[in-house]
Amino acid sequence: MQEVGTNPKRSSGRMCCICNQRRAALKRTKTLEQICKECFYDVFEEEIHQAIVSNQLFKPGQRIAICASGGKDSTVLAYVLSTLNKRYNYRLDLFLLSVDEGITGYRDDSLETVKRNEIQYGLPLKILSYKDLYGWTMDEIVKMIGLKNNCTFCGVFGRQALDRGAALLEVDKVVTGHNADDIAETVLLNILRGDIARLSRCTSITTGQFIALFSTIIGFCLLQTLDRLATYAYFKKLDYFSTECIYSPNAYRGFAREFIKDLERLRPRAILDIIKSGENFRISTTMKMPEQGTCERCGYISSQKWCKACVLLEGLNRGLPTLGIGRNRGSVNGRKNSEETKGGKSIESKGCGTLDF
Amino acid sequence: MACNGSGCQSNCYKDEEEAESGAYCAPSTELTKGGTTATDLLANKLCAKCKVKEAISGYGGIDDGRFCADCFRSNLFGKFRFAVSSTAMISPTDKVLVAFSGGPSSRVALQFVHEMQQRSQKNFDASRDRSLPVFGVGVVFIDESAVTPIPSPEMEKTVEDITLIVSSLAPPAKELHVVPLETIYSSDSGDGKDRLAKLVHSVNDPTGREDMVLYLRMLALQKVASEYGYSRLVLGSCISRIACHVISATVKGQGYSLPADIQYVDARWEIPVVLPLRDCLAQEINLLCRLDGLKTLELSEGPRAGINGLVSCFVALLQEENPSRECTIVRTAGKLIPFQFNRIPEISDDNVPLATRRRQKRYNLKSNESVSSELFCSLCNSPLDKSENVDLNNLDSFSAVCCSSCWFQILPKDPSSMERFYSDLPQSIVARGKQDRNGNLNILREQIKDCLLSDTEDET
Ligand SMILES: [Zn+2]
Ligand SMILES: [Zn+2]
Ligand SMILES: [Zn+2]
Ligand SMILES: [Zn+2]
Ligand SMILES: [Zn+2]
Repeated sequence: MQEVGTNPKRSSGRMCCICNQRRAALKRTKTLEQICKECFYDVFEEEIHQAIVSNQLFKPGQRIAICASGGKDSTVLAYVLSTLNKRYNYRLDLFLLSVDEGITGYRDDSLETVKRNEIQYGLPLKILSYKDLYGWTMDEIVKMIGLKNNCTFCGVFGRQALDRGAALLEVDKVVTGHNADDIAETVLLNILRGDIARLSRCTSITTGQFIALFSTIIGFCLLQTLDRLATYAYFKKLDYFSTECIYSPNAYRGFAREFIKDLERLRPRAILDIIKSGENFRISTTMKMPEQGTCERCGYISSQKWCKACVLLEGLNRGLPTLGIGRNRGSVNGRKNSEETKGGKSIESKGCGTLDF
Repeated sequence: MACNGSGCQSNCYKDEEEAESGAYCAPSTELTKGGTTATDLLANKLCAKCKVKEAISGYGGIDDGRFCADCFRSNLFGKFRFAVSSTAMISPTDKVLVAFSGGPSSRVALQFVHEMQQRSQKNFDASRDRSLPVFGVGVVFIDESAVTPIPSPEMEKTVEDITLIVSSLAPPAKELHVVPLETIYSSDSGDGKDRLAKLVHSVNDPTGREDMVLYLRMLALQKVASEYGYSRLVLGSCISRIACHVISATVKGQGYSLPADIQYVDARWEIPVVLPLRDCLAQEINLLCRLDGLKTLELSEGPRAGINGLVSCFVALLQEENPSRECTIVRTAGKLIPFQFNRIPEISDDNVPLATRRRQKRYNLKSNESVSSELFCSLCNSPLDKSENVDLNNLDSFSAVCCSSCWFQILPKDPSSMERFYSDLPQSIVARGKQDRNGNLNILREQIKDCLLSDTEDET
């Protein structure tokens, strides 16, 4: 981001190669063409619009939740989507959806940002708290079980929070701000942890109700995606707040993130190549995938009697918080489906608050 | 699939557990010099297999601390033997060429192939009718000093050492071929070395240059194998190496062709390439070298450049954090569908015992579990996906049938450099490209023929 931010100084005096009227403010990393801010917005917004139209992501009148974390990407997402909705008259019923895990201090600042976004973009905001959804805040869970297994809860509860929220609020689609870097990282992580089922679907723009809007920029990419989002936020002076999970995620996740940063430095195109690889992986269709059923308790998709969240909740409520974690798993459901337990595990190993593709 | 070895049933699957419990710690103890003294570290732990001798530990990897030296050795050889027998990789009538770099992996590959040969020699000597021939073994070393900055005294010493290693193996004797990389140019032209250097140095991307040398090395190996009548080419690629390849191929956008490179058998080449150490970890291979005093050589090539270097650091870091990580990576990639050429063509030879042929039938890839591919990259020979934007109208041109990874990191961008690059390519690449393209044209003609028929039907 800084890199792009300093470009205007270096290139002062050059004219924008698109409009040839205003001064160039930044350089496209690939073509080295210099363009001005206004043209950059135009190009960026137009690409998103094209992605929406060509992928037929929405239908008029649909109720769309914009996943708002207060982070940079989701702020850009809210801005662009509300702008395009007005400009091209998509007639979408947009609102911001935030999840409050109930971790003291963790969401305070980001929720403040989301609340400002609510006013700035005139989009209604709905905050779903873990207390509302599960009866427990993350702080209460940590108090009960200690820090050791907290990410099991974060991952399972985080994933279901959006799904449950979407059902509760009768939403047609949930749009997330995941970008190419996130998806490249997910491809790598799925290889590292042997999650073949997720590997086969993590690169698609839509997964069920979820749409990873910025992942579509790939096809049109001229500048590095992440850079573009940062640049966009920087020039628009968008209000954003970067958050990281305060509980420690898996070590290899951190390694993977570092690796991706190093890769981008060495060869920016590598991010897109990872995604391309992910799209081109041919995975045997005869491979056993878990049967899809629904949880007897809450109706959430589950191949077992109870879904993961309900098992965990049962443990919490009965004062047996390790129920459903590690080797104790299955004491409710039994051990009949090993594929599911494998799939379940990878949900648990997700870092906090990260949407699972 | 990656860990068929008998020692791995449970440990390889520890990966998913590790994330939650955090209890799985990488062993950090150092192996004391001399190998067996390491048993002191865990004095009371008995070998999980024989339950008699003390287990050795401290070398890293998933089986660390499970076996005594003897059981470790037989377990490792067992992985090799499984790979060889399940795919009918080597049959009695074969002549096998082991690619030997002097490093631990290819040293162990040579050792195991040698041991296997010795065993079949013993069987041969013991059998009355002597019906089963003993497969032949040769060794090849490619001298890459034309493109790598290795001082010539060092190279001479290396060749000396390699000659000694090969000649000190017990009989049957093994022929050693020491061949310079420029052998890929026909010998009569005489300027092979210069053209090779020019070709390699015209690649600007450091990763691309490294990969280019790799492709050329395979050409050289194939040439030697073909010229001397070998029927298999053995590479010492181990799990650790393959795990790195999985990640770097992913990073280079080669997700489609990746499965082709990581199977036991790769028969897209004239002489099928086999990877019998596909289930062995680098740590295990290193330990075996130390235990058995197998001499290995490290050429002072320096660290690997660019993407490949970055990936091997990344994988090493992951492996340190969790000793089953490399295994998991290869297992994941092992679930990708391989290609039809990833198998030894079914043996119909009556000289081969029925049991071997049956076993091959059982373990070999079924054709419905594999992908057929007609189009291969002219440069790296990787199967091409339809999404590679191959210009079907322009199949006569070399660069039109190249994968996007070669386009990006190897092929020159402007036409005049491309012309120079093309003129410096060895004839074998140019010829292979032409042959493939002609084959493709025929396939296309076939397809068009069908269309034409249906067109005329419509008209009538
Ligand atoms: Zn402009
Ligand atoms: Zn957490
Ligand atoms: Zn449930
Ligand atoms: Zn033993
Ligand atoms: Zn290629």
